[in-house]
Amino acid sequence: MTSGGVATGRLAVRHRLAERGIDRQLWLLLPALAFIGVLFLYPFLYGLGLSFQPAEGGFLASYQAFFTDPYQVGTVWNTLRLALPAALINVLAAVPIAHRMRGRFRGKRVLTTLLVVPITLGTVLTAQGLLNYLGPTGWFNRILLSTGLVDDPVRLTNNYWGVLFSLVITGFPFAFLLILAYLSGIDPTLERAAATLGADWRQRFRRITLPLLAPGLATTFCLTFVLAFSVFPSAILVGNPAGETRVISIAAYQAAYERFDFSLASAIAMVMAAVELGVIALVLLWRSTLYKGSTGGKG
Amino acid sequence: MSAAVSAFNELRLDGVGRRFGGVDALTDLDLTIRAGEFIALLGPSGCGKSTALNCIAGLLPLTAGSIWQDEKRIDTVAPEKRGFGMVFQNYALFPHMSVRRNIAFGLQMQRLSRPEVSRRTDEAIRLVQLEEHVGKLPGQLSGGQQQRVAIARAVVLEPALVLMDEPLSNLDAKLRLEMRTEIRRLHQSLGLTTVYVTHDQEEALSLADRLVVLRSGRVQQIGTPEELHARPENWHVADFMGYRNLLTLTATEVSGGRVAVEGAGMQLVGTACGDGVREGQVIVALRPDDVEIVDATPSGNAIRARVELVEYQGKERAVEARTGAGQVIHVRTPRRVAPGDDVTLTIDPSRVLVYPSTDDVGELAVPTLDRVAS
Repeated sequence: MTSGGVATGRLAVRHRLAERGIDRQLWLLLPALAFIGVLFLYPFLYGLGLSFQPAEGGFLASYQAFFTDPYQVGTVWNTLRLALPAALINVLAAVPIAHRMRGRFRGKRVLTTLLVVPITLGTVLTAQGLLNYLGPTGWFNRILLSTGLVDDPVRLTNNYWGVLFSLVITGFPFAFLLILAYLSGIDPTLERAAATLGADWRQRFRRITLPLLAPGLATTFCLTFVLAFSVFPSAILVGNPAGETRVISIAAYQAAYERFDFSLASAIAMVMAAVELGVIALVLLWRSTLYKGSTGGKG
Repeated sequence: MSAAVSAFNELRLDGVGRRFGGVDALTDLDLTIRAGEFIALLGPSGCGKSTALNCIAGLLPLTAGSIWQDEKRIDTVAPEKRGFGMVFQNYALFPHMSVRRNIAFGLQMQRLSRPEVSRRTDEAIRLVQLEEHVGKLPGQLSGGQQQRVAIARAVVLEPALVLMDEPLSNLDAKLRLEMRTEIRRLHQSLGLTTVYVTHDQEEALSLADRLVVLRSGRVQQIGTPEELHARPENWHVADFMGYRNLLTLTATEVSGGRVAVEGAGMQLVGTACGDGVREGQVIVALRPDDVEIVDATPSGNAIRARVELVEYQGKERAVEARTGAGQVIHVRTPRRVAPGDDVTLTIDPSRVLVYPSTDDVGELAVPTLDRVAS
């Protein structure tokens, strides 16, 4: 009688756990959790702690040093000024191209490959290409000069524009692939149905495709924004790292490896994270107001 | 709701064809649809019926032929300008819009006044009895309710032509019957002109005024349900119209309309269908309902067989019997028979349809028979 009671008790516990979706398969999460803990959580918390332990002054001294120095605070603005337009351009440019590339057609694979190649290039190669092409003696300016459109070379590198171009080139493939995936998740018969109901292509896009795609656009914007916000190599290679493209990661780098003030560097990294999270939170807040259910497609 | 505003007298398809990368999906479709007609495009999957519908809707450009609405050529007109309503197989309801906004969508596209949109939307919602569900999203509705929304959304515009692409194929059997009646009721009460695509011959026969049977992109026969039911033009159509017994036999004598056929241990007298029936190999089509089980040996066609399978189907039984030569014959009978019974079957010579075994494409085609050597 008692042993039977114990057995049913154990069974009941198992059933209750199963009801909450807890079973032995959860152990499969362990490697991922360990990975996150060791390689992300621990360094992050360590940096957070470090930012409150300045060499001199109170525990907020590093943050004070950052926020009271206009030269340092300016880097936040410099970075936002690059990352926000870059993310926006990437999303806006990817939508029509991805829309056109839904479905099957000849040469789709070649075209997709071409559009995605910039991912494989890396920032340095892109930067070199930009310098060669858009630099003062690059082809672009040589063509402009020889056709007499301009008298002096247009400055498109080693300033804001160079970095923006670089961010757009390297960020576009991500935006394109993500949006293509979101778009192919939308049932193409919805647009056809709208057509038979009298909607022209503009109305079909605005009333049907765009509302269904908007959550995906928000996510894509967040991801490309984060990529662009942590810009470092191109800000130095094709930008003006002492001036208008002195982005926040450069400030953190200089604090850490030129002045060896690890506390200040950590504080700057924390500010960087806070700004990123702020922008993402705003975008996701907007996203939460949108329809996010089934879009009828295979995605 | 009144009759369609931009109604036409007739819609004429003139040699309509569509190729996909070198493959003909639809060839040479000639069809005149009169106002108020219910036309069913019928055929197995891949026969080109959905292609034909999409061509009429303007969702697929033609690669041959033209479409005329009275004297106006419309196959070059964009789908949004044709004013045809369409009901899609998967309904294609806008998932982010409520039932009400789905139905109002077309009216809003016509830039009608707000009260007008509201009035006609209400009317359409009442028509399909969805008053309680107006605020719901499509994902919250059952299949039958989604179907109603799709129909309301298409007919609220009072379209000159309503196109339906297998609208019932995603519903369960009971709902399918209900919605079938509903569709026919709407067609009649609103005075619609409807083109309906289906692969279900029963659905097509019960709904349509005229049927178009398609096979491999070609029209096989156009006719009323009675014509198709009683006299299919070739054995493919017969196969599709429920002539379950397709026997490859030999014609021994052809005189006028009468044909004597034999083979598989049978000797039958039948009726020649078409001019192509010659002595030699023919295909004989028998509808299971036309075959009778009799007690006494009949004076006319007689087939002896042994009952192998009996399926109870309410008023009748579907019986599978096998002749001495191994030929399976499907019979529907009100009689009580059991597997193992020896029976005598008979069939009126006018219901033994004899077709040439070559079809119009020219290939020598022999139907796949369930004559498995026992």
